[in-house]
Amino acid sequence: MAPRILAVIEARDGAVRKISHELLAAARELAGPSGAVDALVFGAALPSGADALPAFGADRVLSAAHPDFARYNPDGFSATVASLGAGRTAILFAATATGKDLAPRVAARLGLGLASDVTGLALVDGAVIATRPVYAGRAIQKVRLRASPALVSVRPNTFQPRARDDARTGGVEPVSVPAFEARVRVTTVKAPEKAALDVTEASIVVSGGRGLKDPANFKLLEELADALGNTAVGASRAVVDAGWRDHAAQVGQTGKTVSPGLYIAVGISGAIQHLAGMRTAKTIVAINRDKDAPIFKIADYGIVGDLFEVLPRLTEEIRKVRSEK
Amino acid sequence: MKIAVCLKRVPDTVAKITIGADRKSIDETGLKFVPNPYDEFAVEEALALKEKAGAGETVVYALGTDAAQETLRTALAMGIDRAVLLQSPGSPDGLEVAKAIAAELQDGGHDLILFGKLAVDDYNQQVGPMVAELLGRACVTSVAHLKIADGAIEAEREIEGGIEVVTCRLPAVLTCDKGLNNPRLPSLKGIMAAKKKPFETKPVALGAGSIEVLGLEYPPERQAGRIVGEGPDAVPELIRLLRTEARVL
Repeated sequence: MAPRILAVIEARDGAVRKISHELLAAARELAGPSGAVDALVFGAALPSGADALPAFGADRVLSAAHPDFARYNPDGFSATVASLGAGRTAILFAATATGKDLAPRVAARLGLGLASDVTGLALVDGAVIATRPVYAGRAIQKVRLRASPALVSVRPNTFQPRARDDARTGGVEPVSVPAFEARVRVTTVKAPEKAALDVTEASIVVSGGRGLKDPANFKLLEELADALGNTAVGASRAVVDAGWRDHAAQVGQTGKTVSPGLYIAVGISGAIQHLAGMRTAKTIVAINRDKDAPIFKIADYGIVGDLFEVLPRLTEEIRKVRSEK
Repeated sequence: MKIAVCLKRVPDTVAKITIGADRKSIDETGLKFVPNPYDEFAVEEALALKEKAGAGETVVYALGTDAAQETLRTALAMGIDRAVLLQSPGSPDGLEVAKAIAAELQDGGHDLILFGKLAVDDYNQQVGPMVAELLGRACVTSVAHLKIADGAIEAEREIEGGIEVVTCRLPAVLTCDKGLNNPRLPSLKGIMAAKKKPFETKPVALGAGSIEVLGLEYPPERQAGRIVGEGPDAVPELIRLLRTEARVL
């Protein structure tokens, strides 16, 4: 039987989030050409961008509209996803703050196991095989999901979204929302004081450590991030513990695990804790005064030197490169 | 206020991980274990809430082998009133763990059941909300700020690029994130007192579950990097490499 995949799409403020395109790429890969991918969207109304989901790999869009679904509604969403599980090969979630909250609830409702935060997916003899980093990326576990549907959350920045193909079209079909008891309510979503890109979702991350010497010097990293574009500013545990940066920016074992295309570590020595959070970056650059710093052992490219001299030059050169485009 | 805290014993976050002979699990020989760091926020929150309420009971639960006794004793030394070890080798399927914990807590009459946000060994991040769902309780995950008044909970959780404010009522299940509090260290007096606190051991049998571990491997080694140069003069060469070799700019 051809695989049937349900991809649980994320929306915020009435618009589909980009991470959903990564999820569809994973779903499409698992479904293969003969399989079917349904994209499930939630909202008070159909979120913007939902009708374009077929162009990114969905065959059908299922719309769960409910007055309470303008924001994330854990109880209502999980009841709806669970009601659509029958006959599916797999249900895919994004391993985001929302997906990590929602997926286990669905798993408990369906009485099925869940593979969290996976970085690889395959269908072997009808069973989903998932690979996932464990022990903060110090080991990679391979698991087989023995029951259907296989429940999986997919790590951001792992699957490359498919190029938009407007020749691919698909209908939007309403699905009924089962009765649910809203035990919790999301009352507001507060934007941070300064809208910042999240380190887990940015394609480039520049992180600073104790070598920056003073919280005010993070300005240098913010300037570099501005010059690069689509870049988040991260931090080591040491500077988060010192109160220089918010915990949301912490990369490492007790912070975030990131897999950007480019990771630039500035003034970070490279403790095991930190390496655990960024070793899956595709390219790593380290800038550090100490040529023996462990960060250089895993960095693809290193510059030994005073970051206060190197950073402004780097920002300047990046600006030049960016203006050429 | 009656509060249950669920705790896990995990390898020290700075320890080197060695893959075992079965190629499916880690070799625990000589490995240092600690209470899961996020669970310490849960323990601290339970203690602080009980202190504020002026009365109540805090109970710590761990599902694990006898080695988890030490982890539970750490929580007792921090000030938790009593401990229960659910004796089991565990399962790769978080739902099986959640079922055993839910069965134990079912009739406990807890106002709050607290977990850490995730365990830094299996990174499943799922047992807390699964327990909530099995018990039919309200649940907020990854709580970084918490206010409780007159049975009403207002919790804040970090989402990508924002903070979600979530409300619910007691009884509830919460999973705790960094930022919620600063866990206390066990005092010498606390360590001595912990030895006399009630400690129960109950064997539990877990179901087979639907997750089968096929293998455990080291991540691919990163190619040893190279030093492009020293000081700001190395910047143009770095940019050239990032553009033409790594193709990330």
